[in-house]
Parts: sequence; C-alpha cells; structure tokens
Amino acid sequence: MSKAWDGAKLAESIHESIPGVVVDTSGTDIWIDPDSVPDVMRLLRDGDEFRFQLLSSVTAVDYISYFEVVYHLTSLTRNATAVVKSKTGLGRDEARIPSVVDLWRGADLQEREVWDLMGIIFEGHPNHKRIMLWEGFPGHPLRKDFATYEQSIVPEADRRVPTVVSDEIENGQGS
Amino acid sequence: MTTQVRTEPITVNLGPQHPSTHGVFRMRVTFDGEEIIDVEPIFGYLHRGSEKLAEERTYVQVVTLTDRMDYVGSMLNNQAYMLAVEKLAGVEPAPRGVWLRMIASELQRIASHLVAVGFLIQDLGAWGTPLIYTMREREKILDLFEMLCGARITNSYLRPGGVFMDAPEEFWPAMNELLDELPPRIDDLDDLLTDNDIIFSRTKGVSILTPEQMIDASITGPMLRAAGVDWDLRHRDPYDYYDQVSFDRPLHTAGDNFARYWVRVQEMRESIKIIRQCEKLIEPGPVRPEHDDVPWLLRPPIGDAYAAIEHSKGELGFYLVSDGSISPYRCHVRAPSLINLTLLRDMLVGELLADMFVSFGSVDINMGEVDR
Repeated sequence: MSKAWDGAKLAESIHESIPGVVVDTSGTDIWIDPDSVPDVMRLLRDGDEFRFQLLSSVTAVDYISYFEVVYHLTSLTRNATAVVKSKTGLGRDEARIPSVVDLWRGADLQEREVWDLMGIIFEGHPNHKRIMLWEGFPGHPLRKDFATYEQSIVPEADRRVPTVVSDEIENGQGS
Repeated sequence: MTTQVRTEPITVNLGPQHPSTHGVFRMRVTFDGEEIIDVEPIFGYLHRGSEKLAEERTYVQVVTLTDRMDYVGSMLNNQAYMLAVEKLAGVEPAPRGVWLRMIASELQRIASHLVAVGFLIQDLGAWGTPLIYTMREREKILDLFEMLCGARITNSYLRPGGVFMDAPEEFWPAMNELLDELPPRIDDLDDLLTDNDIIFSRTKGVSILTPEQMIDASITGPMLRAAGVDWDLRHRDPYDYYDQVSFDRPLHTAGDNFARYWVRVQEMRESIKIIRQCEKLIEPGPVRPEHDDVPWLLRPPIGDAYAAIEHSKGELGFYLVSDGSISPYRCHVRAPSLINLTLLRDMLVGELLADMFVSFGSVDINMGEVDR
C-alpha cells in the first residue's frame, strides 16, 4: 500500500529547508505560496526524504474568488504520494503561477491543458499554447463564469482558416 | 569518392483523418529524405469537453461520460471514476460488486491489449489478418459484457459501491469457456508474431526510451514496464481487492517498440490468472449497497478526492471536487493517453517514416481519452 504523506508532517519537513512557504495544511493536503512553487517542487523532487520522481497530475479548480492549482506527486522509490496545492491570487485575468516543466517534463502537456481550459498562465513554460482548442478561442471553458453557448460561438469576423495550413500552401508544400 | 545528395526538409501534415492515427490526431512532421527531423503533435480534434459536461450531471450520470473517454477501456474508466466517487463520498462498497468489477476490468484490460497488439501489427504493414485474429477474441469479451450489462462498448456497468446488476447465470460458463480458449490463442499470437523475423527487425531498437526519461515525463503503464521499471498500481497501491489476488508483473528491459508489444502480450496472461482467482473468491451477496446508504442522487460532503488505477494504458486518475451538491464541482481526468504522448517528439526524431506509426501505435493511445 502506498503511503500518503500527512499534510502537517510534510509542511514541517518543507519548513526545515525552506521556511515560511507553507500557507495552510489540512488532512493530506498542503497549500504553498505560488511564488515558491519552483523551490518547493525542487526540494520535493530531489530531497532525500521525499524523492517524488513522478508528477502524477497537474490540474486547477476555479473557486471563483481564486484559482487553485493542484499537484499530485508520486515517489516510486518510497512508494508514497503527496498533494500540493497553491492558490493564485492575482484576479481572474492575471492568474499566474511558475511552471514546473523544467523539473518534470510530464507537466508540459498538462500545464498547457490547464492554461487552455482554465486560463492560468504558467510562467516559464517553453511552449505556452492552447492544446485542445484553437488559438483565438474566446475564453476558457472550464471557468465557472464561462457562458457555455454564446461565448463559444465565434463571430463571423473572427473566423479564419488555421494558419498552419495557409503557410504550407504559400510555401508550395500544400496539396 | 562519395556523392552528397542534397535533400531539402519537407513538412508534411499527417492526419487528422488518417487510419493509422488511431482516431483523429494530427502531426506536423518535418522530414529530411525519409528521416524525421521534427514532430509537432496537434491535439484537440476529438475534444468534447467531458470535464465541463461532468459539472452539469449527477455523480451517477457522469459514468456515461467516462465510457466515452477511452472507448476500448470503458470498464476500467468506470472503475477509476467509481473509486474516486467512493473516496469522496465515503461509500463502503459491496464485496460481490467489487469482485464483479475486478472481473469486468480485467476482461477489459485483455480486450484493450488485444486492440493495441492488433493495431500495432496493422501499423507494421500486416494488413487485416492479424488484426482480425485479435478482434475475434475481443468480440467474445464484448459478448460477455453484453451479458453483464447489455452494452458492448459503452458499458456504464459500475455504480457507487459496486455494479448495477448481478451477472446472469449463463455468464459464468461463458466466461470459463473463454478463459480456457484464450491462453492457446495468446500462444498462437506469440508463435505467429513474437518470434517473427519481420516483427523483430522492424521493432527491435526502434524508438528507445530510458526509464529516467519516462519517469521524468510522467509516463506510466506498459510503456514504463517495458523499460524495466516495476511500477504497477495494482501491486504498489492495491485498490479494490487486488491485495487478495496474486499475479506477476511482466517486465522487459529494452524500452523499445518490441518491448512495449511484448509486455502487453504477457499482461494478458496475468489478467486471465487474476480473473480465475476472482471467480474462486467471489461469494453470493448484494452487488451494491442498500439504496438508503447510497442513494442514486449522491451528495458527497464538501471536499476533494483523487483516485488512480492501473489502466491498460497507464495511471488513470480522477480528481473530483464536491461542493455538497448532486453534481461534481470539478472533475479532472488524469488521462494516461495524453500524458504518454509527452515524449512523442523524442521517440520519433531520428527514426524513419516507415517506423513512425509503429512507434506511435506502440504508445497505445486512444484519441477519445487524449482530447476528452
């Protein structure tokens, strides 16, 4: 059976190396300051007692007054799991959090998905583009204030052929 | 004296509508002659907004959405979702229901691996025949699902705390017949393919991924085990009653296309072992908790839960957030098919055009799950 890290214990262990970054704990979860994400994640990946080599999942939840980014970490060697959360507090248009792609490449597609559907900017992501929807799609559908029908209809004036296809036709490589 | 032939890089759009993309997947590939020098995967052609749709349905209705994510592994998707719901709502499942869903999900794992192996061979250029061999066995598994729940692909068989209906009497002899039939069929497949010279020369040493690379990129499942990492959630973090059954975890060390194929074939044998043990351990009883304990209109307490299972493609996780109402506030799917594509570029660059779809097929993705 894999061991789920207790939030309070995890917070204490992080505090020993990087003091003052854990904002809150509850059950198995800890909340950290968004600016400290790269440092804390590096500690959780490389620290001797943690060794979370595998980033299981990156996701986000819209709590209306703030967004919460949720990381699920797994340690293969220690057979342990941990849940790290972080609240982004810069309002709905400027929700930002540092990217962890340089720590785990597994965050690459998942962070793009969160940006696409939830609209959280991952600073430092090498390929910060939409993934499921096309560039120019109005809004981010998983947000709670996304009007499901009206906003998803693209106005006639904004409709365009995908740029990639037109590039190739210009280069003479299209069919 | 050697003559240098000047080749010019050419960019080709492969897909989205192409039979070997296993759905609707597009890759923008730059070739230098026959060699791949750059790959850019483009997702989203099958995006249906499942996660958003889940926010407007009750907890039981969401099961139908999970069926349509990975449509060759519906039972496994149901199982992962139900584990998350049970964790969130604190439901104690009924033992017979748990055994039944373990049997169903192991049957589904065999069916899913059969599809993966069949299409891999199809990608290698063996048109039709080997695929029909694997599809023939899969049909029989789908017949069993029809007996269990009336549906073949989109099962929606599981409910919070178990399954919605007990297996009919004729299910057990039919399943035993299939379990007797399957090992020789898998041996046939082994004889035909595993020792096949063409398969050897086409898949050995192609698209090698190291364990370090894959762990860094969150790749799980048969791909990781094909590089010798003994990581199977059924064994390392047993959910349901996997701690009461014994099974081996086939490992290969090469991490190439052949290893990924081989691991899947061996895992089918292990699934048969598990089903046989489940059949011995299952006892009569209710298949789901009483309606008073677990109503159809479930209202889990405020909070969140993450549950993951070993899907046939990797770690499938559901992250659910409840606000105390009848539908999930947030439903996130940790989709192995999408995440296993993280290293697609590393796998393909330097390989040849002919091997491209073989490597792509060896990841075993399902577009319904990649785009959701």
